[in-house]
Amino acid sequence: MSTIVAPAEVEVQEPVSGEDWEHERPWVVIVWNDPINLMSYVTLVLQKLFGYSLQQATKLMLQVHNEGKAVVSSGNREKSELDVARLHAHGLWATMQQD
Amino acid sequence: MFVPRQIRRNRDGLVRLDFDEHELLLLRELLDQLQPLLDDPDDPALRRLFPPAYEDAESNEQYHSLVRDQLVSGRSKALATVRETLGAQTLDPEQADAWLRVLNDLRLVLGTRLDVSEDLDYENIDLNEPHGRDLAVYGYLSWLQEQLVDALQPASGK
Repeated sequence: MSTIVAPAEVEVQEPVSGEDWEHERPWVVIVWNDPINLMSYVTLVLQKLFGYSLQQATKLMLQVHNEGKAVVSSGNREKSELDVARLHAHGLWATMQQD
Repeated sequence: MFVPRQIRRNRDGLVRLDFDEHELLLLRELLDQLQPLLDDPDDPALRRLFPPAYEDAESNEQYHSLVRDQLVSGRSKALATVRETLGAQTLDPEQADAWLRVLNDLRLVLGTRLDVSEDLDYENIDLNEPHGRDLAVYGYLSWLQEQLVDALQPASGK
């Protein structure tokens, strides 16, 4: 019995050092559902902090409410940390993680 | 049932306040309780005001050492603004924003202590229950917050 072995596919990638790669992977800021913050308040805070329209902010708020969490912003580590801090200043339950 | 509103937006864009003396007394009492809490950030009821930003402990510690003081001073400043404007008839946008955040802080602290759930029935709070009064206060603060959000909602066109 013989088999024909196809050559493995080789992906050509630009060499990227580990550090750069870590640095470039974007961070996402997540707002989690909590029993205290009012739905209308969460919507207003998302409009105010990120410039979302009422419609966009309401959609994100409902995602938090129904699915337990939603990504509200993304970017580099410094920007994301600032976003998290601004959300914390408004009492929202926010965390950040690398995508 | 007609429920009178204590917080409205005027035609000139300012937020109008209309509290009676009992409400002012209650609000002052609540604000007085919040200040010492901010000065003692280890109080468990405050955990909700300073949540973790990262999953891993080390990054989180760094985050808190960076922003903790800023978060505390921001809250103290907003609290001072609300105390100063408690008897005022109107709030400018900056003052109204301080009210928005302080009302929410009060609700977070009280709600965490009472361990409220999302299904809390504001309409049917039994004052004779062990935490009945506190729940009623929490419900009252929520009603104020709802009115203020409504007054500040840019898209409501009022």
